[in-house]
Amino acid sequence: MSVTTIHLLTHLLVNGERKTLTVDPSTPLLWVLREDLKLTGTKYGCGIGACGACTVHLDGVGTRSCLVPVSLVGDRKIVTIEGMAHDPIGRVVQNAWVDNDVVQCGYCQSGQVMSVVALLKSNRKPTDKNIEESMGGNLCRCGTYVRIREAIRSAAEKLA
Amino acid sequence: MNRRTFFRISAAATGGFLIAMYFDFPTSAQEAAPKIYPPDAFVHIKPNGEVVIMVNRVEVGQGTSTALPMILAEELDADWSKVIAEIAPAADVYRDPVVGMQMLGGSISIANSYQQYRELGARTRAMLIAAAADRWHVTPEQCRTANSVAYGPAGQKASYAELAEDATRRPIPEKVRLKDPSEFRLIGKPMRRLDGRAKSNGSQQFGIDLDFPGMKIALLARPPVFFGRVRRFDDSEARKIAGVADVFEIPLAKGKGSAVAVVADRFWAAKQARDRLIIDWDLSGVEHADTIELRKRFNELARTTGRIAATRGDAKAMEGIATDNRIVAEYDFPYLAHAPMEPLNITLRYDGDRAEAWTTSQVPDTQRQAMAEVLGLPADRVTYHIGFAGGAFGRRGTLDEHLEREVAAIARRMRGVPIKLIWTREDDVQGGYYRPMVAHRVEVGVGDDGMPSSWRHVVVGQGIVLGTPFESFYAKDGIEALLIEGTADTRYAIPNFHVSVHHPAVNVPVLSWRSVGYSHNTFVVETLIEELALRANVDPIAYRLKLLDPSAKRQRAVLTLLNEKSGWRNALPPNHACGIALSEYHETASACAADVSIEDGRPRIHRVSVTVACGLAVNPMTIENQFQGGLAFGVTQLMAKGAITLKDGRVEQRNLDGYTPPYIKDAPVAVDVHIVPSAEPPTAIGECPVPLIAPAVVNALARLTGKHYRSLPLVEL
Repeated sequence: MSVTTIHLLTHLLVNGERKTLTVDPSTPLLWVLREDLKLTGTKYGCGIGACGACTVHLDGVGTRSCLVPVSLVGDRKIVTIEGMAHDPIGRVVQNAWVDNDVVQCGYCQSGQVMSVVALLKSNRKPTDKNIEESMGGNLCRCGTYVRIREAIRSAAEKLA
Repeated sequence: MNRRTFFRISAAATGGFLIAMYFDFPTSAQEAAPKIYPPDAFVHIKPNGEVVIMVNRVEVGQGTSTALPMILAEELDADWSKVIAEIAPAADVYRDPVVGMQMLGGSISIANSYQQYRELGARTRAMLIAAAADRWHVTPEQCRTANSVAYGPAGQKASYAELAEDATRRPIPEKVRLKDPSEFRLIGKPMRRLDGRAKSNGSQQFGIDLDFPGMKIALLARPPVFFGRVRRFDDSEARKIAGVADVFEIPLAKGKGSAVAVVADRFWAAKQARDRLIIDWDLSGVEHADTIELRKRFNELARTTGRIAATRGDAKAMEGIATDNRIVAEYDFPYLAHAPMEPLNITLRYDGDRAEAWTTSQVPDTQRQAMAEVLGLPADRVTYHIGFAGGAFGRRGTLDEHLEREVAAIARRMRGVPIKLIWTREDDVQGGYYRPMVAHRVEVGVGDDGMPSSWRHVVVGQGIVLGTPFESFYAKDGIEALLIEGTADTRYAIPNFHVSVHHPAVNVPVLSWRSVGYSHNTFVVETLIEELALRANVDPIAYRLKLLDPSAKRQRAVLTLLNEKSGWRNALPPNHACGIALSEYHETASACAADVSIEDGRPRIHRVSVTVACGLAVNPMTIENQFQGGLAFGVTQLMAKGAITLKDGRVEQRNLDGYTPPYIKDAPVAVDVHIVPSAEPPTAIGECPVPLIAPAVVNALARLTGKHYRSLPLVEL
């Protein structure tokens, strides 16, 4: 049987580590993170950038990893939820998440945390409007939004 | 979920008559004889002092994997900082003590397992004390315990970890003393979730995250019209994708057609291969459901009397009421997808004479049985692990066990290979098993006092359990309780009251959706009651209190408390309005007041005050969390794109861009939750808030625009 898919040697910089792997270049970054690099904290929710569960940082910018083919990542720095433990703002946000008892099922929360960290890196004093705009594409079916707002405010206070 | 008390309209209070409806549980659960559960199946005290507590149902976000350990740890006097929750696999000992089967549904978890987990904790503690007393040659009564340590009368001290092995050899005491509530140090205190950290740092494993050596991913190409069958397919292009292991046809759940399975070593390979399949579908003899046609058919049916579900008073009382004093209201509700954040998935390895499954089943007994049936194995040869799910809302409680049958059909062919079957989001949105589409028609006759004297109500919708193993739970004489709950059992004392039901058959698979029948019944009742209050020019809380049956104590309590806590509704900013709603879900009553304005043509929910009477509040923090979240979940019904529609048999929405649940700006901005203090046994929580928000918001909108909103979704205000 002939195989049409071409696999290419790909270099990625993930959470500060260099990774080299051979993958189908059309594979969304999401699935490379999850299946090849076993970083399963980044979640598949919709595959069309509508839910935000797959949010990672590319050079510090919150990005839907389900929409980015791995071949287009290039040498941009990838940071996932697993990398937040080593990020000063990430730690503050995660602690605020625990203190405010934000999570329910928890499936969307990696993406929520990644979006909040991206927000707080560029804006230490977000207004309610900033919060709604920055978090506007992160879906939570359990509806933890009230506590997400509270946790963001408390994280921002800690960082002030 | 004591469905025996489901229809308990007080005949005496209303002087009426109610057709008796009882929902019988399977025989194994008929006897409520006290059962002594073996502590070793629920508690494992490790040498390092960790106390592992088994949770007898799946965790989908509802918080029972914190609350049930709290209850057990309370009576055990365990050190809470060392408590670890583990979800129990499928096994008889983990069946719900009331229902008699393992399940998550109906918000029964705490109500049904409260006593069970207290006794388990107390028995374990008694066995530890027996071990300590023997060691110290004292009587058990001379010993006390605190924070996983036993103390003797002369200052002796031993940790539970030291005593655990000895304790397991002690007989299980039949009678144990349970704590007086005044002694509680965990129950009733707001406690953070045990899984809060793991779910904030990405380390929580969900079913979709499982990874085994040699594991393969399976996707299904499902029929474009429900119940369609594969006639033939061409997989030549699909098989050219690197990593594709096999492509073959499998039957779907009984009588629901067939699909083509693609098995590959990666998700992306499976997805690309599936996209390249050319399938010739046989759609002959299959109904092509169409929303517009269905609505017409349902609305026509709603104008005729159906099977009688509840009746009291004078069935002809309406005839004596002047037309001006009658309200005729017709309501439409669409199919709704659950869309849990974690798409459906299940993992199974079949080894010929045994199998091992990793699932997030809400009803594991029947689901494991179905899987075993497809594999040709006895159920006890299928090890059935249950874990953490990324939401469920009813979707993981499939009554035709479709997911289990699908993965079993695939794994059976791929013997020895762990198979993870994933439904993509497109599969989820288009794949059926929705909250049923429903139509209501209500005729209300208003008395001179402004109160409803007559109420004739017809509900039209597909049955959810008819023809499934759960039929005997929820249906009797062809009437399904799940479709009329919230109407037929209303506690409003309406003297002449008549509810009937039609269950048209439609080939769109349906399922319970968090709060089930209340999701539409509460909307109908609460919007009409608000309309009546407005018409009578009476405060909506006062109006409801006046109309409620005097025996509806919990309903009265939540309304009274809501009146106290929602003083803000008398000082609203311009262009804001407040809407009220009251709901009962099983034993729990709740009410809310919503502060709403219109922004960019959509409802903006600034604030919601909500009150709840749920008996003893085991974990007030979880209750607050569930109510805040459940209100947001309920907003799904109000979204402009909050509907699944069909045209010529095909679902018109593909993904979350077409079927759009609430985002942060759509949900209530602030929610304050107030619990009515109570020492009564705990009752339902998880589903209770869901039905409240849609009628409350619409009631506020009606005050702002003067319109009645009776057709959901709310496409235009």
